[in-house]
Amino acid sequence: MVQGRVFSFWLLVVLIGSMLYGMWRARKGIAIKIRRIAGLNAIEEAVGRATEMGRPVHYTPGLGGISAAEATQTFAALAIMGHVAHLSARMDVPLIVTIRQPEVLPLAEESVRQAYLEEGKVDAYVPTNIRFLSNQQFAYAAAVFGIMAREKPAANFLMGAFWAEALMLAEVGSEVGALQIAGTAQLSQVPFFIAASDYCLIGEELFAGAAYLSGDPTQMGSIFGQDLGKAIVALLMLAGVIATNMGSSFFSTLLGK
Amino acid sequence: MRRELPIAITFVLGVLIILAFFFDSPTLTNASQSLQNWAVIIAAFALGIASVNLIQVHAKKIARGQDRLDWLYSGALLLGLFGMTVIGLFKGPADQMYQFWFNALFTPGQATVYAMTGFYIASAAFRAFRIRNLEAGILLVSAALVMLGNVSVGEALWSKFPVIGSWLVNVPNLAAQRGMMIGAGIGGIAGGLRVLLGIEKSYLGSGS
Repeated sequence: MVQGRVFSFWLLVVLIGSMLYGMWRARKGIAIKIRRIAGLNAIEEAVGRATEMGRPVHYTPGLGGISAAEATQTFAALAIMGHVAHLSARMDVPLIVTIRQPEVLPLAEESVRQAYLEEGKVDAYVPTNIRFLSNQQFAYAAAVFGIMAREKPAANFLMGAFWAEALMLAEVGSEVGALQIAGTAQLSQVPFFIAASDYCLIGEELFAGAAYLSGDPTQMGSIFGQDLGKAIVALLMLAGVIATNMGSSFFSTLLGK
Repeated sequence: MRRELPIAITFVLGVLIILAFFFDSPTLTNASQSLQNWAVIIAAFALGIASVNLIQVHAKKIARGQDRLDWLYSGALLLGLFGMTVIGLFKGPADQMYQFWFNALFTPGQATVYAMTGFYIASAAFRAFRIRNLEAGILLVSAALVMLGNVSVGEALWSKFPVIGSWLVNVPNLAAQRGMMIGAGIGGIAGGLRVLLGIEKSYLGSGS
């Protein structure tokens, strides 16, 4: 095993174990109570608002790809996008999806098309509403500004990984009067989204959101397992703080293995 | 099979990449490296597919000739796309003309958009700092203290401003950030596991 990664490996095994346990519990039918996430509950309101105003919905699954560290954020954003696409199809409101990473485009197209198909509105699906803009960060941002200014969406969803363009995208959405729901696990961008959006999914809420919206008990169980994993990590941290303050080097040696 | 096969491939390759990260095995390392190289090649092909989407969207706008000057912007975009592709293909990206358009048009354009962040920060700060409730009030007071601690006039007014500002950034702020970081990290692992095990498959178009 690679030196310095032994502890990480076993911690990963424990975390995976806790999630599998959560899923097993859910499959056994043991009820799992998950707190309501305001941002996710507001999705229907946002799409409904767009329907009433006769304006489109804009959704971006972030600027991250599907093969780097941000991949999980992109997948979570695509899962939430599926839910938004279902609502848009049901409420007959155009959904504009803007894409930065070329490899995300086919996934987004398939997800939206399938949602329209499942809602029996395949004729309302407009392929050119799923738009690749540019794989360059600020060229993409500038193109989104243009779409916002011209098409004035009534709801703006910013989900996934964002960098320096996060605040600009949210501010432009605010300027056109869109109800904004943002979510990211990029911690440096969270304050910007909180400041400029109506609702914000902070860090893990983005990942939990996809499972929460699915309503699938197994996925909900994984959220329970995730929280169990967090409790284990918190206990390890507490034990580490106490042990280190008592002069023990056990935890620092363990982390270095 | 339409969904099962991609899920199986995702699981096997995902597990392989994870094992290559933890285990010191040349076979695993080589396999992982090859997979990552394939990802680069697939991404390059995906750019081709994405370009087709771009052309379709803008060609449609030009054909309709509607929406004020939109068709003109779309024309400029397609001209730039094809022009740069032709120059790049025949003369290479090191060509003087290619470099000129890139450095004289594209780079300043990107820099201009980035530079606009400052103005957006001002407008967002104005909205965020309006005292609507207790939390917004705490945010305003904290932000004012941090700002006063970071400018020389703050220290001139009261020598404790930098101390208070540093404490706010390094203690409550950092504690909250680390909490979010741990939550996001574990959430990311859970999300990755859901994708690897095929529990989360909406990206394959399975709907919600």
